[in-house]
Amino acid sequence: MLHIKCPYCGMRSQNEFSYGGDASVKRPELNKEISDEEWDNFVYNRKSLRGKHLELWQHLSGCRQWIKVERDTATHEIFNTYKADEEISQ
Amino acid sequence: MQKYSIFNLVKNAFSNHENWDLAWKDPTPKEEYDVVIIGGGGHGLATAYYLAKEHNITKVAIIEKGWIGGGNVGRNTTIIRSNYMHDENALFSEFGMDLWRKMSQDLNYNVMFSPRGIINLAHSDAQMNAYARRGNSMRLNGIDAVLLNREQVKEIIPMADFSENVRFPIFGGLMQPSAGTARHDAVAWGYARQADSMGVDIIQNCEVTGFDVTAGKINGIRTSRGNIKTKKVGLCVAGSTNILAEKLNMTLPIETHLLQACVSEPVKPILDRVVTFGAGHFYISQSDKGEMVMGGDLDGYNSYAQRGNLPTLQHVLTEGIAMMPFLSKLKMLRTWGGIMDMSMDGSPIIDKTHIDGLYLNCGWCYGGFKATPASGWTFAHTIAQDRVHELNAGFSLNRFSTGYLIDEKGLGTKTWIS
Repeated sequence: MLHIKCPYCGMRSQNEFSYGGDASVKRPELNKEISDEEWDNFVYNRKSLRGKHLELWQHLSGCRQWIKVERDTATHEIFNTYKADEEISQ
Repeated sequence: MQKYSIFNLVKNAFSNHENWDLAWKDPTPKEEYDVVIIGGGGHGLATAYYLAKEHNITKVAIIEKGWIGGGNVGRNTTIIRSNYMHDENALFSEFGMDLWRKMSQDLNYNVMFSPRGIINLAHSDAQMNAYARRGNSMRLNGIDAVLLNREQVKEIIPMADFSENVRFPIFGGLMQPSAGTARHDAVAWGYARQADSMGVDIIQNCEVTGFDVTAGKINGIRTSRGNIKTKKVGLCVAGSTNILAEKLNMTLPIETHLLQACVSEPVKPILDRVVTFGAGHFYISQSDKGEMVMGGDLDGYNSYAQRGNLPTLQHVLTEGIAMMPFLSKLKMLRTWGGIMDMSMDGSPIIDKTHIDGLYLNCGWCYGGFKATPASGWTFAHTIAQDRVHELNAGFSLNRFSTGYLIDEKGLGTKTWIS
């Protein structure tokens, strides 16, 4: 069982959350020429890192907020959690 | 190579079975090969076997980080089927069914192929309609499909829950009678033994650390046991695809996720089919040892852990008990996990790449085991001829950017819910 610290509600069990995938994926800017390759990268291509992975989760059975979680995909260690709109310094 | 036969079995009985040849050798890597296959799982071993058998290319090495058959080919629920709706998946899998039927004779190794039939249960009128459509599509492609009503299903699997007030009543099901199971380890060992006898080097405990690519061409690979020169490299590493792709500066439409399976304590024969629950994601069969072999959903978030988390297992087994209540009385014997190369449309990729001499075989999601012979056969063709076969032409890497997706379930790009 993962335990995820929701930035709004505190530490909760994994069962309250729903997964939302890779949080590092950025939608190409609107009103800009977008190449097929850029669009392909946004919609389909993923790094799927082994190790530190920044991902989206939604606290579905809680405050319903989307959050970002930095988790190790091999050990499941959770390093940090952030609000969805929080800037993350790498 | 020593042939496995009743005659040899009797002969070796006189020497207490101590004089059998080793099934495959343990060679040190040579300096150069015609083809290097990375990944000694079912698909890699089958690819090497068909390269030697169908294309006469025997200067081949299989490079495996762990030991052969230690990954997903030893971690699946052994189900073999071709009950697909889309032409690409259906024709490819049905070609594979034919290879499965001949496999034990072909490999001189008993893979215990048991065409016991698979039943996908339906729990609503809408689902019956969808199954009728899928069954008709299968029959148009020459695959056997039978639509069963509630009474017919009850006759075949009376132990399922047919009581009145259940949350997901059984309306009927779609059966593919020719589907079944096989002994998964035997598939890996059978391919390994034959490939080895034709000159393929199976190199275990050897990790690929890098690639030698110059001017868009592959020239060799770097491994923990030295550099190997080669003009052709086939990548068949399932859940580790992205790790190797990163070394090639490639980003692929693949995510790695964890799938669990489990077996119960062995019981007397009760279930002689493969059955899937239609209101969730749960599949079950009974092994020859009597264990109930079960599996279901992914753990639901990117994972390379190769071992699972309990909430998913509890969820999956709850579905199992809803379908077959007697399962609640069984003790669990073992659970395990494997890492799946989940593609963005749920269908595989067997293709050339933008790097000359680099071939890609990945995206099997949880359908990898049944595809073993067809995947090896078509991948060997793609590598040997440097062009795709018509059976895997649809499994192209560029289908995502061009829009020719093969989305069997219509789930889109959320790999963790498929």
